[in-house]
Amino acid sequence: MNYDPFIIPFIVGLAFLGIVLIIKYYRWISAIPINDRKKIIPSIFSRKILASIKEIFLESLIHRKIFKTNLLLGYMHMSFAAGWLLLIIVGQIETKVYSQKFFNAPYDAIFLKFFMRNKTPMPFAGFFSGLMDLLLMFVLLGVGLALIKRFFSMLYGIEKTTRQTTFDKITLTVLWFIFPLRLLAESFTAATGPNGGFMTTGLGSFFEKFLDVESLAYPMWWAYSISLGLFFISLPWSRYMHIPTEVVLIFLRNSGIKTNNEYNGYSEIEVRSCSRCGICIDQCQLNNLNINPKALPVYYLRDVRENHSSAPQPFDCLMCGRCKEVCPVGIDSMAIRQARRNGYLKHPIAHNYSFSINEKKADIAYFAGCMTHLTPSVKLSIINILNKVGANYIFLDENAEACCGRPQKLAGNQPLAEEIIQQNLQQIKKSGAKILLTSCPICYIVFKENYELDIEIYHHSQFINKLVEEGKLKLNVQDIKGIYHDPCELGRGSGIYSEPRKLLSSFIDLIPTEFDKQHSLCCGGSLANLPLQSQDRAKITSDALSKYMDYEADTLITSCPLCKKSFAKLNKLQVKDIAELVNEALVQDTN
Amino acid sequence: MIDFGYTINPDSQIDFDMTDKTLAKLIIKTEPTFSRCFSCGTCSSGCTIGQNNSYNPHKLYLLVKRGEIKGLQEELSKCILCGKCQLACPRGVNTRNILFHLKKYFEINQAI
Repeated sequence: MNYDPFIIPFIVGLAFLGIVLIIKYYRWISAIPINDRKKIIPSIFSRKILASIKEIFLESLIHRKIFKTNLLLGYMHMSFAAGWLLLIIVGQIETKVYSQKFFNAPYDAIFLKFFMRNKTPMPFAGFFSGLMDLLLMFVLLGVGLALIKRFFSMLYGIEKTTRQTTFDKITLTVLWFIFPLRLLAESFTAATGPNGGFMTTGLGSFFEKFLDVESLAYPMWWAYSISLGLFFISLPWSRYMHIPTEVVLIFLRNSGIKTNNEYNGYSEIEVRSCSRCGICIDQCQLNNLNINPKALPVYYLRDVRENHSSAPQPFDCLMCGRCKEVCPVGIDSMAIRQARRNGYLKHPIAHNYSFSINEKKADIAYFAGCMTHLTPSVKLSIINILNKVGANYIFLDENAEACCGRPQKLAGNQPLAEEIIQQNLQQIKKSGAKILLTSCPICYIVFKENYELDIEIYHHSQFINKLVEEGKLKLNVQDIKGIYHDPCELGRGSGIYSEPRKLLSSFIDLIPTEFDKQHSLCCGGSLANLPLQSQDRAKITSDALSKYMDYEADTLITSCPLCKKSFAKLNKLQVKDIAELVNEALVQDTN
Repeated sequence: MIDFGYTINPDSQIDFDMTDKTLAKLIIKTEPTFSRCFSCGTCSSGCTIGQNNSYNPHKLYLLVKRGEIKGLQEELSKCILCGKCQLACPRGVNTRNILFHLKKYFEINQAI
């Protein structure tokens, strides 16, 4: 068995890391609610595990999502992750081929070049050392790119980078030292014994000319081992905790676990999976307009992790979901914020919510929503369309006395939201409707997620599209150049992108923009952000609107009454709801 | 008492020097737009709860400003924080945030 004292820092670090990880994961997984925990074991023996393995390969090693953000950035992360893993795997194979044994000590592969001074008796020796050198070069290129990124992040498609803590900076430096030290250690050794590949041998004979490589090689191996050990010891408390945690997260997520009403063990794992890469920073409108940089998910998650979070903090986010779309790990920071909002307000003693409808039965139950009542033209358009097709409908909240339950949820009053939902649910069931139609995406998302309804739920953009496709509605082609603005709750929140586009392009000229679908901007009207001032809301709205104005469209079309209200307030561009446009384009019957 | 044929109403004037404005000051500190409210009542006209009940957000703000916070918690608990009033407000008052903080205040200071 190979042994030398310099391996001690590495062994100690590795053992420490292993023990800490086991303790931490045990604690977090036990903190997952029992109903969710029951899903873990069956998912190991189902096809879900294949999906997990595929995702771990694509996201943790190749970093597909980062490649989508920027090629260079993706390459940098891939060379670190995939390169390091390949170094470990090929190193293990090389050790087994060299020692002709199946089992070897864990450090044998890492320090092989130190113990294997003469490679000549080994089969395929040249191939292995060449391959190992190539992989090392691959990782070193990643280190080089990371160094350049510190100074020229613009090259990597990142405008603003994360402000890392001192501890993270130290760990980062240790990480950067690992591979150059390995290169030096192997090169110096290769100069004295013929065991290197093309790079280490070449570099070794170069250093030999002016350095005493023979006496320097041993300290280099010590330095390499210490840097590895230090990295392992600091890993659980640094941002590099994401390396092992991301794998666990992907597995748990594919088992069907998510952050629900409360912050639980899964959320703890999710919070640690954030690598603070800062890809979300450029997406956040609150940060870009310098309104509230503290709301950034990267800092919010760090504060949650380090328990700095003061109570009102989760309330200052728009919850638009732009960050979630780009997150390479797929962390649902909105769910974490929501979970931490819950329970902030207590259930009121004497709430006066009462909502009831008359006993009329109908096929379609139309729930306009509060915001639609503030944009009456949308409401009237829907009613006109429903009458036109002769639908048998009931207007649930005709007197504007109902609320869907989402505003209370967003304000951290879960019990009140539950009670409102239960009352509404009874009324919807009482109507006997087979279709629930709503005009407000905020209502739509809560109907989908929190009402356990067994009837079809439609947003009006989907419903009108269905009517047009079935031939029940005929529309005149209009001479309008329009841009469609995806509302946050309908687009990113519920994934409804195609129906409104299909409907619009059937009768107007729809201009594609770079803010389509997932890249849509928040209008600034968000109900999720409580302390946001009206002038800051106006800032967000006018910034979004000025971006749309570049496309020289004559109408901005949306399907959310709140977005319409926010944009229309500025009076710069004609803003219309999809229902209004359809209502104007209806083919009139010629009697 | 001599009957003069008419009565005198009880004194309804409010001495602003005597009222307790702690809460009003606290709210203005957390939500400065509170001071913009001029009790026009637009918020109350669209209020979801106000459709079926006697609940007026603008009256509530007036009472907070006057320091008449007795019985206010019960009135406040009717509010469901839907945010309709905020969209209606012509003065750009962040009404939802005011109500949110008022609710939290009364939760912490139950005794009133």
